[in-house]
Amino acid sequence: MEKPPGNPQPVVKPQFFTFGGPPNEFILESGQKIGPVTIAYETYGELNKDKTNAILILHALSGDAHVAGYHEGDNKPGWWDLMVGPGKAMDTNKYFVLCSNVLGSCYGSTGPSSVNPKTGKPYGLSFPVVTISDMVKAQKALLDSIGISQLVTVIGGSMGGMQAIEWTLQFPDVPKSAIVIASCAALSDQEIAFDTVGRNAIKADTEWENGEYYGRDKKLKGLAIARMIGHITYLSEEGMAEKFKRRLQSGEKNLSYKIRYEKEVPCTTGSTVFDKDFEREFAVESYLAYQGEKFVKRFDANSYLYITKAMDYYDAAAKWGGGSLKQAMKRTKAEFLLISFTSDMLFSPDQSKAIVEALRVNNKDVSYIEIDSKHGHDAFLLEKKTMNENKILSQAIKNFLLHSRV
Amino acid sequence: MSEKIKVEVKTIDAERLKKNHMNRQAYEDRINEEISAIIEDKARVLDLGCGNGDLLKMLMDRKDIYGLGIDISTEAVLNCVKKGVSVIQEDIDEGLLQYKDKSYDYVIMTETMQAVQRPDSVLQHIVRIGSKAIVSFPNFAHYSIRFGLFFKGVMPKTSKLPYEWYNTPNIRHLTVKDFKEFCAKHDIKILKEIYLVKNGKRMRRKSMFANFFAEDALFIIQKKQYI
Repeated sequence: MEKPPGNPQPVVKPQFFTFGGPPNEFILESGQKIGPVTIAYETYGELNKDKTNAILILHALSGDAHVAGYHEGDNKPGWWDLMVGPGKAMDTNKYFVLCSNVLGSCYGSTGPSSVNPKTGKPYGLSFPVVTISDMVKAQKALLDSIGISQLVTVIGGSMGGMQAIEWTLQFPDVPKSAIVIASCAALSDQEIAFDTVGRNAIKADTEWENGEYYGRDKKLKGLAIARMIGHITYLSEEGMAEKFKRRLQSGEKNLSYKIRYEKEVPCTTGSTVFDKDFEREFAVESYLAYQGEKFVKRFDANSYLYITKAMDYYDAAAKWGGGSLKQAMKRTKAEFLLISFTSDMLFSPDQSKAIVEALRVNNKDVSYIEIDSKHGHDAFLLEKKTMNENKILSQAIKNFLLHSRV
Repeated sequence: MSEKIKVEVKTIDAERLKKNHMNRQAYEDRINEEISAIIEDKARVLDLGCGNGDLLKMLMDRKDIYGLGIDISTEAVLNCVKKGVSVIQEDIDEGLLQYKDKSYDYVIMTETMQAVQRPDSVLQHIVRIGSKAIVSFPNFAHYSIRFGLFFKGVMPKTSKLPYEWYNTPNIRHLTVKDFKEFCAKHDIKILKEIYLVKNGKRMRRKSMFANFFAEDALFIIQKKQYI
């Protein structure tokens, strides 16, 4: 395997697994069928002879299977390269690490942007509703195809954590442990509220055209707005204040000092000029707009609708415990590590603690770490290795895996 | 010249610290041994302020207990996780409400009481949650502390309480007598008392002198209702 110059990790290639071709279609939680289904995935490290050293990583809302290493020609590594690799928290010298793109997404796995073999056109809104449970079931099919019947751990943040929980409930004999980061067993109403504003933004966009925008060169402003809202919830008040400080985007302008007489409409006092810039005058506006635009280029609007909905629907207590999380957690056989971040407004420490409590009262092995951070929900995916959050997270994962037998 | 003095002071300080540390370790080991002798096989044990999880790990290995630790320090919980000791990062001043009555055979709190905000509330939770409870704490009425305060007129420092008044995590100083009075007042029965002196050795003197000679005290207690 060739290494890109200066890159510590080898080049990795996405792989694909297709199953559920007619007449054996994949049956979804809703009862609907879909097939064939393709799941894109990547692997790192070597699977041992007994196939007992596998770790399954579960990605968040807009993530993909590219966790670590580099794709041919890329100079940016996968999204959790800090944690996965030789000698890292998930040590690929020891473990066979696997991550797949979720069902319904747009990074190689079957989703609304995939072509429906029956019509020859993209599914669009004819794509069936998928749930967290369906995503997990599809991952199980992938593992079965490789012959893995035991996982050292299932690990994920945010929606990835929800999948990890679902793994331990739907297939309690497969994962020996679960690491659930900044996640929950069911979204709160506030989280669903943010999601619905995002979805409404997508739907209100005239260019979205009821989901049939494929093949046309569209700039889906609605998806950009959805991402902007998302981004606000990924940060914290304190984190934003520190990052933007009410700065204006244009360095020469300052709300309180700069007098700009050359403007056509000076304000009456003559000391300050107020613009009719409703777009990106403040640095934070510009940041969000940039994030939105960037997102439109890489993500599918329909996938956003389907996956956020899957998150909204997920309720481990309702699905497995008749409404009681404590009852639901009776099923699990996994040892748990839960991690939350103090300033996470989206997936609060309290939501993690509710899971901890449900496990504890069932005498399950559970540990909980609350990492002090001002970076909000984003704290679990910070890019800098030196960030305190990453140090603790990496140490926690490493320590937790240390005593799990392969 | 002055440099030399500084170096000397430093050496003495380092030696003192090392000695202190060894002494503290001796206490900790002794306390852990005493507790290990008390706990039955397969007991359910909750350790408040579990630190690095040494006690729970020892009890897991020796007594096959179902153990859970609580600690507020990140370093401590990371060390527990490393040992395979289940641990919850939480403030024991805040997080005990949801623990049900008698949900653990033993609730343990060693050398932590002096650092909590509300020992009264924590103690009452401890005896409520545990069928029995084990607590230990440094005795502030030990003669060296009494003399220190009496003769020097400043807040005394000992190997067990080595901090300055302004940076000590030990915000609740208590004595053997204080503790006994508290128990009497709050319907808590003392089932067993163990007193430790220098280097963690058990005190040989009669317990009536404990408040003067014991550096550290360990009690097995129980809510009177539970008897």
